[in-house]
Formats: sequence, C-alpha cells, structure tokens
Amino acid sequence: TTNLLFSFCTGAMDNRGFQQGSFSSFRSSSSDEDLMDVPGTAMDFSMRDDVPPLDREVEEGKSYNGGGIGSSYRIMDFLEEPIPGVGTYDDFNTIDWVREKSRDRDRHREITNKSKESTWALIHSVSDAFSGWLLMLLIGLLSGSLAGLIDISAHWMTDLKEGICTGGFWFNHEHCCWNSEHVTFEDRDKCPEWNSWSQLIISTDEGAFAYIVNYFMYVLWALLFAFLAVSLVKVFAPYACGSGIPEIKTILSGFIIRGYLGKWTLVIKTITLVLAVSSGLSLGKEGPLVHVACCCGNILCHCFNKYRKNEAKRREVLSAAAAAGVSVAFGAPIGGVLFSLEEVSYYFPLKTLWRSFFAALVAAFTLRSINPFGNSRLVLFYVEFHTPWHLFELVPFILLGIFGGLWGALFIRTNIAWCRKRKTTQLGKYPVVEVLVVTAITAILAFPNEYTRMSTSELISELFNDCGLLDSSKLCDYENHFNTSKGGELPDRPAGMGVYSAMWQLALTLILKIVITIFTFGMKIPSGLFIPSMAVGAIAGRLLGVGMEQLAYYHHDWAIFNSWCSQGADCITPGLYAMVGAAACLGGVTRMTVSLVVIMFELTGGLEYIVPLMAAAMTSKWVADALGREGIYDAHIRLNGYPFLEAKEEFAHKTLAMDVMKPRRNDPLLTVLTQDSMTVEDVETIISETTYSGFPVVVSRESQRLVGFVLRRDLIISIENARKKQDGVVSTSIIYFTEHSPPMPPYTPPTLKLRNILDLSPFTVTDLTPMEIVVDIFRKLGLRQCLITHNGRLLGIITKKDVLKHIAQMANKDPDSILFN
Amino acid sequence: MATLWGGLLRLGSLLSLSCLALSVLLLVQLSDAAKNFEDVRCKCICPPYKENSGHIYNKNISQKDCDCLHVVDPMPVRGPDVEAYCLRCECKYEERSSVTIKVTIIIYLSILGLLLLYMVYLTLVEPILKRRLFGHSQLIQSDDDVGDQQPFANAHDVLARSRSRANVLNKVEYAQQRWKLQVQEQRKSVFDRHVVLS
Repeated sequence: TTNLLFSFCTGAMDNRGFQQGSFSSFRSSSSDEDLMDVPGTAMDFSMRDDVPPLDREVEEGKSYNGGGIGSSYRIMDFLEEPIPGVGTYDDFNTIDWVREKSRDRDRHREITNKSKESTWALIHSVSDAFSGWLLMLLIGLLSGSLAGLIDISAHWMTDLKEGICTGGFWFNHEHCCWNSEHVTFEDRDKCPEWNSWSQLIISTDEGAFAYIVNYFMYVLWALLFAFLAVSLVKVFAPYACGSGIPEIKTILSGFIIRGYLGKWTLVIKTITLVLAVSSGLSLGKEGPLVHVACCCGNILCHCFNKYRKNEAKRREVLSAAAAAGVSVAFGAPIGGVLFSLEEVSYYFPLKTLWRSFFAALVAAFTLRSINPFGNSRLVLFYVEFHTPWHLFELVPFILLGIFGGLWGALFIRTNIAWCRKRKTTQLGKYPVVEVLVVTAITAILAFPNEYTRMSTSELISELFNDCGLLDSSKLCDYENHFNTSKGGELPDRPAGMGVYSAMWQLALTLILKIVITIFTFGMKIPSGLFIPSMAVGAIAGRLLGVGMEQLAYYHHDWAIFNSWCSQGADCITPGLYAMVGAAACLGGVTRMTVSLVVIMFELTGGLEYIVPLMAAAMTSKWVADALGREGIYDAHIRLNGYPFLEAKEEFAHKTLAMDVMKPRRNDPLLTVLTQDSMTVEDVETIISETTYSGFPVVVSRESQRLVGFVLRRDLIISIENARKKQDGVVSTSIIYFTEHSPPMPPYTPPTLKLRNILDLSPFTVTDLTPMEIVVDIFRKLGLRQCLITHNGRLLGIITKKDVLKHIAQMANKDPDSILFN
Repeated sequence: MATLWGGLLRLGSLLSLSCLALSVLLLVQLSDAAKNFEDVRCKCICPPYKENSGHIYNKNISQKDCDCLHVVDPMPVRGPDVEAYCLRCECKYEERSSVTIKVTIIIYLSILGLLLLYMVYLTLVEPILKRRLFGHSQLIQSDDDVGDQQPFANAHDVLARSRSRANVLNKVEYAQQRWKLQVQEQRKSVFDRHVVLS
C-alpha cells in the first residue's frame, strides 16, 4: 500500500485549478449526454483524487483522522485497529456475504504472508489451518454428550408418569426389571422392583380405584412437566421454543438473530426438551436436537478467532453442527450430512461436506460410547430384519406414499392456519394456558389406550419390529404352533384376538395423533415434527401390512400370492410396511428426498429396502407438491416473514430491474451521501430522519457518479467514536470518503475521514437488467442490496426485501408479509 | 490490554474445554472397562414345551458363554429333549451401564433444580427485595426506551462494552442487568409482538 501512495505523483499543485474548472463545466451541463461528451472532465476527476501525500501533508497537517503529522503516522491510517463494532451487524439484519468472505481471504493471506517471518508465526498459521478440525471435534463431542443426556433423561422421565423403581429411583421401567428374577414368560413387563403409583399410594394394582389413581397421577405428572417446561422457556429463554429448524435455515442464509444460538438458549432447550417429551405430548426431539447442536457450534466458535469474527465462516460451522444434530437424533451420520445439505444450509462449499461428515461421525461415536440404550444401538427403533420384499408389494407401497402426501399437505395447511390464529388473535396471549390445556387433553385422551400411553418412540419401535415366534406384545399375538418350525423361516400364521384388538386400538391412535399434532407443533415449548409424522405413517403402514398379511394367508390361492409366495411361509413383513409408511409421511411433511431415504436405510442397516422407500418417498413428494408448494419449514418461514430467498425455485417473469427498484416514480429521490461535501450534522440528520440500512456515496449530487456504499450502523458507530475520541470534530466538520481531505479554507474545524468504512466495490446492474438475472445474482452472491445505474449514473437501489416482495407479488401472495430486511 | 486479556481468556476457555472433552472420553472408556458385573447379562426366552410352561432365564455372564446350555440352569427337561428344547430358545446378550444412567439422571435433576430455584428467586423473591430497598438500587429502564432507539442503543451497547469496570460485583450486576434486558426483548418479540417463532 505504501508504494501505491507514492506513485500518484502527478501535478499536485494544479489540483485546485482543476477543481474550479471541473465545477464550472459541471454547472453548465444539464443532461446525461452532455456530461459524457465533455472529454476533459473524466480526466479531471481522476486528477482530483490522485494527490500525492507529501504535498497534502505540508498544507493540511491537522485535517487527518488521528491527527498525525509525520508520514509514518499516515501509513498507520491504513493499518490501524478498526473501531470496535464496525463491521458487525444489527439484530434482525442480513449479513453481507461478499464482505465477510473477502475479509476471511484477507485474513488468510495476511497469516500466510507473515508465516514466513518467524517460527511463532508459522505455528500460528498451522494452528489456524487446524482450528477448523479441532472445532468440529469439539462440536461432535459436545453434541453427542448432550444427546446422550437428553435420551437417558427423557426415557427416565417418561416412565416417571407411571411409577417409580424402588431399586434405585434413577432406573426407568425397562432397566428396573433388567436384573429381576421374577419376570415371567406371560407377563414380561411386571417385576416387583417397579411400583406403579397406585401400588405406592394404595398398595394395590388391581381394581377400578387403582386404575383411577394411575390415571390421575399420569395426568398430574404430564401437567407438571408441561408447566415447568413452558415457565422455564418464558422466564429464561423465549427463543428456546418451537422446532428451531425454520429459524436456523434463515440464519444460515445470512440472517442475524442475536441470542438464538446462545448459552441460555442451549441450556433451556436441553432441559425443557426432556420435560416436553416426557409430558406425553405428541412431539419429537429431532428438530430441537438440531437447534441444540447449532447452539453448541455457535458457542464453541467463540473460542476461535477465525470463526468468532467472521459471520460467513461461522455459518459453515453451523451447517456442520446441524449435520451432527441429525446424526445423533437418528444414528445416521450420512443422512445427517445430506439433511444439512438439502434442508438446512444455504451455501454448502465442498470443504464443509468433509468437515460435516467428521463432526457427524464424532457425535455418533460419542453417543455410542455413552450407550444410552444398551446393546450399542444408537436409536431406539433400530430394526434388524432382512426378509425380502416382493414386486407386487409396490402397489401398497405407492398407496402408502399417496397417503403420506395427502397427510403432509393436510397437516401443513391446518398447522399454518392454527399458527396464524395464534399469531393474530387472543390465543397468542395465553401461551402457558394453551400448553396446559393441550397437555391435559392429550393426557386424558391418551391414557386409556395403551398405544397412546406409551411414548411415541417406543410405539414406532414396536411397529417397526417384525414379530418373531417369541414376541409377547399384543400386536404379535398370532396363533403360534410351536410344534412346527422349519429352521428360521417363519410360518404363515392367522391373526389371533390380540392382533384384532390391537388393530382397532391403533386406528384410534392414528386419529388422535393426526388431530393433536396439528395443535401441538408450534406451541411455546421445544417441539419437533419428525417423530409424530413417523408415528402416523408407521401406524398406517402397519395396519396395511397386517391387512395384506392376513389377505395372503386366507387367500393364498390367488394368482399374485401364488406366484410370489411359497406355500406355508410368511410372505409379507408388516414391519416393512410400517417403515415405508413412516418414510412416506415424513417425506410428505418435510419434502425431503435423498436425506430421507438415506436416513431410513441407515436406520434399518440394509440396502434391500431402498426401492420401496424411494417409491414411497417420491410418490408422497409428488402428491404433496401437487397440493401445496412448500414444506413445513418453508411455510413457517413465510408465516414469520423472514427474509429467506428460496434457492430452489425459478423466477420466471419478464420484469426488469427498474420495475422493482426504489425509489419508485412518485417517491422522493434516492438518499445519497456525497463524498466530501456533507457535514457531520447533515449526515446525522439523514440518519435520524430515515430508516435505511445503508446509503450510496456519490461524487456529487449533480453527477450522481457512484463511489461506494456505506452502512448505517458503521456510520453511527464511527461518528460517535469520532465525537468522543478525536479532538475538534464538531457538527460542522466535513465528512469525507475520499483518499485525502478536500481543500478547506483556514480556521474551519478539522475534517473526519470515513473512508475505511466505505465499501468501494458495491454491486451495480443497469436498469434494463431482467429481474431473473437480478434474483440469480442475489441468490448466488448473497447480496443485501444492489445499486441500479442508468447510463453510468446512479438511479436507484434494490434490496433483498424488495426482491422478496416482488417475488411474493408475482406469485400473488401478500407482499406485506415480508417483515425483516 | 483488554484484547490481551480477551485473548488469554479465550485461550484458557479453549484449553479447559479440550480438557473437559478428553476427560469425558476417558471417563467413558474407564466406565466401559470397569464394567459392573451386574451390568451384563444373557437373556434366554424359552417357549412352552410339552408340559413345561414358557420361562425367561437371566444370567450375568459374558458374551462367549451366552447360549442355552450355560444359561438355562435348572434344566426342565432331560436327556435327548434338551437339544429340542434349546433349539426353540432365543438367547440374546445385553449390556448396559448403570453408572452412566445414575450419573446422568443426577446431573439432570440438579441442573433442573438449580434452574427452578433461580426462577423462583427471579419471579418471586427479587421483586420483594427490590421493593424493600427501593431507593438504594438502580431500577431497570422502562421498556419504551429500549424499543424505540434500537439502532442507537445497539451502538451505545457496542461502545460501552469497551469501557473498563472497577470491581467484580459491579461486573456481575451489570451482566445480569444486560441479560435481563436481552431476555425481556426476546420475550417481547416472541410472546407479545409474535414477530419471531410464531
């Protein structure tokens, strides 16, 4: 930079003369074409800026920022420590991706250059390169440990509603009876160490009164857990409610929500997630686990300079953390990375792919070491069967796909309508009461039916499980003939009474879950969507599967069954139907494609079932897309009005940039700052009178030739700082953005240089650029605003909010629903 | 000076975090090694056979001994029937870590208890204390100031952080006030204005 300074040694003393000439020539010209035809003016302007430093110093030593007199001090101008706060962003604003990325490149270049100087600098550069990997390792460890904590505590607290273990209160039902010797073949759940509440209170477990006591205690515990959850959220961290994935999607696209990924949000989300899941409500913990993992990522970023100061690099880390979150939720590292790629992230460079995978693996390994479920399984519903499926079964699988798509579209519409009601009417003023009422209704309706009483994860696990000969659950109550067993292959069996009663109980469960999830998702407690949707699909799938199985048994002489099924052997696996149904419903709601299939086959541990899963997922996505364009997360983003520019949709209209830009025809002219003729007071007036988040800087109001763009926040901070720290800066001081101070008459207050906050490379397009290209530029570069020029003169500005409003208008939706910028 | 302290603090927190992570891993490995005898079992489920009813057998033995012959201790059938009986039985090896479960539940309950106590203190006890010491303590600013002057308030905030403060108690008090303001702002956006997270 110092070499460049001294190379502008051309005609310094003539500067003022040139200025006079150029001003007069400008006052005489009135139209654009005249400006361009005067050849001398262009050269004049370049001369005006290129004044060698030495001469300026002699004349106006006092007018520099920092008050330096010697030339060495002037060089310090460029390398000075920036004012704290410049370059940071306001809450609820969009970051400038281009600026953040170029800052990171500068930082990297500086470190690489300095690394050749000393060993310490070399070590610093090596550690800088490895800091990313160390950060991923820490994120994986922390997410895995928190997921283990959540899983173990949720299991225990869910069973706390039904009873307590006298052999150590920290055991849940299954672990309490683990070492017991009094477990019988018929009644595998009962053991004397586990006491239900009726046993503790009235010392008996039989009879109507005991049932009522159990019922009452169940509802009481559910209400207590829900009340604790919602009060903790309300008092400590209001951002901890909801799923978190829509907001994380928006944050990863460049939006800032301060505190959303903070320490208190992390603690409260972890604690209240366990309470919410244990209260028996129809919600899951996968979405909130993604939020927890991203909070871990954000908090750990503060330990590393490289990620703390740069918002773009931080979002790369958050993408990897989201992958780790899904990985621990499902035990699916690859599925987690693909979910982060497909659903959550906006920009996903290839470097992030490898690092996300590393973080997901570390998280899965940590969770496995904590071993919450025993048997080194990662997820509760890990299935182990590998029986083959038959081609004719594609028909019921596609039917399940259609069901999933229909349910997904119905759920999205009703849930968004209910959430909108919550936003706009009186319902939103009583969050605690709402949570308590929904919990009470859920608990009261859930207790009588054993399939709604058990936790949803256990239900899914039981539905996915294929019935062996020795399973004792009601769903597996087939008429077994223990005499015949041909090595390993399960015989064809008719259903017993237990299966029929389980069927109608499951049908009631299905109806209850479909209805109650609509009201549960979006309440002011952490709530996820994956498990309830999978439950709905699994129940539908299992019902269909058992139906098909019995059809095959009673009509094994039909053509289709005859050709594919061997006589006497079990042909249909209802557990597979449950899995396919779960995948279909989840795909219908979230519109996931690849990540869904990969998660499901990582859950099952086998590649045999990819074709049914894909068939169901594709069908459900097509059916759901035909009924409604957006998935649940995009619908919530639109409901909240976040400035999220959808990256997947094409913009297919023929509008031009000048149709969208501001100011519009009847609006006042664009608010600009001039490069060296405004006083501090003028700028402060503009700041207080307008609410724009940035101002273009032009050479002069007449010429409207663009110099750069300056942000409101940086202006405010710099002016305040200058008023406090620099001597002599008063309201009539001139602010200049040029390299050197404009020539000032003597006895004027010192000038204020703000060139270091000026963005010298703002993006511009001409006014006749089609909006397709403008939208593409916004998407690909992550811009906040784009300046519009006409024949080289600044004409207007398009911000991201304008683009979003325009897209909404073109799609005939309400453009006023975009709230933020 | 402030940046040096900040850098040292950050380095210190990074080191402590790494130590914590390593210690967690070590603990997990240790607990794995020093496995409780009662935490491994082989569970055999045997269906009804001839006159014998179905039975479940548990035994705390290692994985290599996990089969019907070692686990089914008072063998209900004799001689040649043993093989037929054992063919129907399903034996599975399971292990768990009761220490992990106990430690996790106790950690969770203690954090929950602390949060509940703090919540009770914030909502019930502190207003009573504040009312008693009305003239002596600083009151929190009214909400309107925070809301209207948003951009300037942020700028003040940013510059204020670089000021130095004298003693630790003041710092804690200041941090708590700032945190309360932040939570109030969040509560307004989420619960009152329904702007975020509807």
